[in-house]
Amino acid sequence: MSIRERLSGNEAISLAIKQINPDVMPAFPITPSTEIPQYVANYIANGKMDTEFIPVESEHSSMSATVGASAAGARALTATSSCGLALMWEELYVAASNRLPLALALVNRALSGPININCDHSDSMGARDTGWIQIYAENNQEVYDNMVQAFRISEHKDVMLPIMICQDGFITSHAVENIELLEDDIVKNFVGEYEPENYLLNPNQPMAVGPYAVSNYYMETKMGQRTAMHNAKQVILDVAKEYEAISGRKYGFFEEYKLEDAEYAVLIIGSAAGTCKDAVDKLRAEGKKVGLLKLRVFRPFPAEEIAAALAHCKSVAIMDRTDSFSGNGGPLGAEVSQAFYNARTSVPAVNYIYGLGGRDIRVEDFEDIYSRLETIAATGQITDQFDYIGLRK
Amino acid sequence: MATKYNFKEEMNKPERLAPGHRMCAGCGGTIAVRAVLRALHEGDKAVIGNATGCLEVSTFMYPYTAWEDSYIHNAFENAGATLSGVETAYNVLKKKGKIDDTYKFITFGGDGGTYDIGFQSLSGAMERGHDMVYVCYDNGAYMNTGIQRSSATPRYADTTTTPVGSQSDGKLQGRKDLAAIIAAHNVPYVAQTTFLGNFKDIHTKAETAIYTPGPAFLNVMAPCPRGWRYDASDIMTICKLAVETCYWPLFEVIDGKWILNYEPKKKLPIEDFLKAQGRFKHLFKPGNEHLIQQFQEEVDRRWEDLQYNCSRN
Repeated sequence: MSIRERLSGNEAISLAIKQINPDVMPAFPITPSTEIPQYVANYIANGKMDTEFIPVESEHSSMSATVGASAAGARALTATSSCGLALMWEELYVAASNRLPLALALVNRALSGPININCDHSDSMGARDTGWIQIYAENNQEVYDNMVQAFRISEHKDVMLPIMICQDGFITSHAVENIELLEDDIVKNFVGEYEPENYLLNPNQPMAVGPYAVSNYYMETKMGQRTAMHNAKQVILDVAKEYEAISGRKYGFFEEYKLEDAEYAVLIIGSAAGTCKDAVDKLRAEGKKVGLLKLRVFRPFPAEEIAAALAHCKSVAIMDRTDSFSGNGGPLGAEVSQAFYNARTSVPAVNYIYGLGGRDIRVEDFEDIYSRLETIAATGQITDQFDYIGLRK
Repeated sequence: MATKYNFKEEMNKPERLAPGHRMCAGCGGTIAVRAVLRALHEGDKAVIGNATGCLEVSTFMYPYTAWEDSYIHNAFENAGATLSGVETAYNVLKKKGKIDDTYKFITFGGDGGTYDIGFQSLSGAMERGHDMVYVCYDNGAYMNTGIQRSSATPRYADTTTTPVGSQSDGKLQGRKDLAAIIAAHNVPYVAQTTFLGNFKDIHTKAETAIYTPGPAFLNVMAPCPRGWRYDASDIMTICKLAVETCYWPLFEVIDGKWILNYEPKKKLPIEDFLKAQGRFKHLFKPGNEHLIQQFQEEVDRRWEDLQYNCSRN
């Protein structure tokens, strides 16, 4: 029996963490993820979970202690946002290259400066090459569902990679929505016990973690990470299928919203997909063939699948909630364009930057984007390849 | 708690840091590690942590490890936090009945990884009260990267980032007193030691640190023949002079009480310690007598402070 509730994204993910009941959670407060360690600390203080909480003195230490706990043989996770993730940067690589299946509840927030506490994706997109699995959510339900699936993916023997469960700061983390939760024992059975193969506290076999590797060995470790990330694709789909069986909710690499016959498509990550869906509904009612691809899994990047899903479109807008200041658009724009090229897909595509530092994107903005896509398809001309949406005039 | 010290028996224990690693001949760091690990009771398991540095890159070069116990190197600045995670994992797994064995947690860091870049991580681990021993093998500079000054480098030392030159007498600042700073965390056990005689001092302190519940900190002066510029075979003389001049006093802080472990009958002048090392050679040039005098004044002041702390018990 599922449980109907009204929760914020932070409450939802904390509840998932309570149900998973991991062994160790080190964390350090940073807006807007602070509530997650607060809720967990409260659950522990009231005997509702067995997790040991470590109130560390920085995010660098929270990821360092999570790495230590995971290497020791514990199921471990932490939570952070923005500059906290930036401070962990070195440790993100250490976690991935040591093949530690730990988890991070990330509440996306803009990086400084200027200092800003609101949502964009500059934090997690900055960590896109660290070797972590990254899964994003549109709403609180997806945040909860993604967290429950996280350790099944990361701990799979063919994967053994850290996993980042991302949600949009404030928009998702603090807004209260209706949500369906699973019963505790269903989650417990789904997630299962963590049985590491090699770990520091294995009394039968000591282990050394974190070697110095010269050029004769370093490259093979990277190939190992690449293979694991490749393997994660199938595991993510398999776990999603199992999750559907217990929850009735279906997940894949992305959600296609009225995309099948769409001529003009938007590709987006996170909460703004909900706003875009409203625009799609409105324009569809006017007879316009518009659709949406909402990317859920950014790492591993489902390049072929994205290219195939959009190949029939007349034009596409790839929406980035961060700029990479490459002079060549945002990260999603670059990767989707590469996916198109490798798939020999010649759909005209623009890459728009939106929502930085919490700037609102409205239904009208998406209507305007679809209208631009129509013009691009009609004229064959692209005049605004890398535009910023919603800038002050 | 402490067993009676027998030098011969201790030296005949199986090594927990196996030979064949790549540390320099005469390195103080490995002497410190072996001395500390000998204090582990046979049969007790341990997880060893290590900050990035000479010790890490020379003892765990893939695919070889010199460590007989489980070992984790994470990064330069986070040995304290990393072992916090390991120790917490142990407590949980023990509580859940997944582990029966007894484990001890010991982490090693050089002075760069301890006094400087790992200072916050160490402070956090000590303050939170993890049951672990942090051992700083203090050789007074970033030796792994080629003898750059740290906040543990003594005044006037010639290092590659405080080079002696026509306008420079070496490092301008005195050493940070890390043992006192960790003692100010009100942890159950802090001690300062080095290599002397039959190694009883370091052994006893390591054993106390390991078997005292809660966080403990050991500051071990571990000379580096490359950085200090002395003949590698002179290490025991150098250590003795450091103690006899009161440059490196031996003390413990047990539950906040300061205890002086050794008081030289006749405190030697600091020149005796300085002149044995190439890094202080410039102090002995004519006209630099005042620099030695300043060095002596600092040693005297710190020695008096320590005596005062120890007199308050």
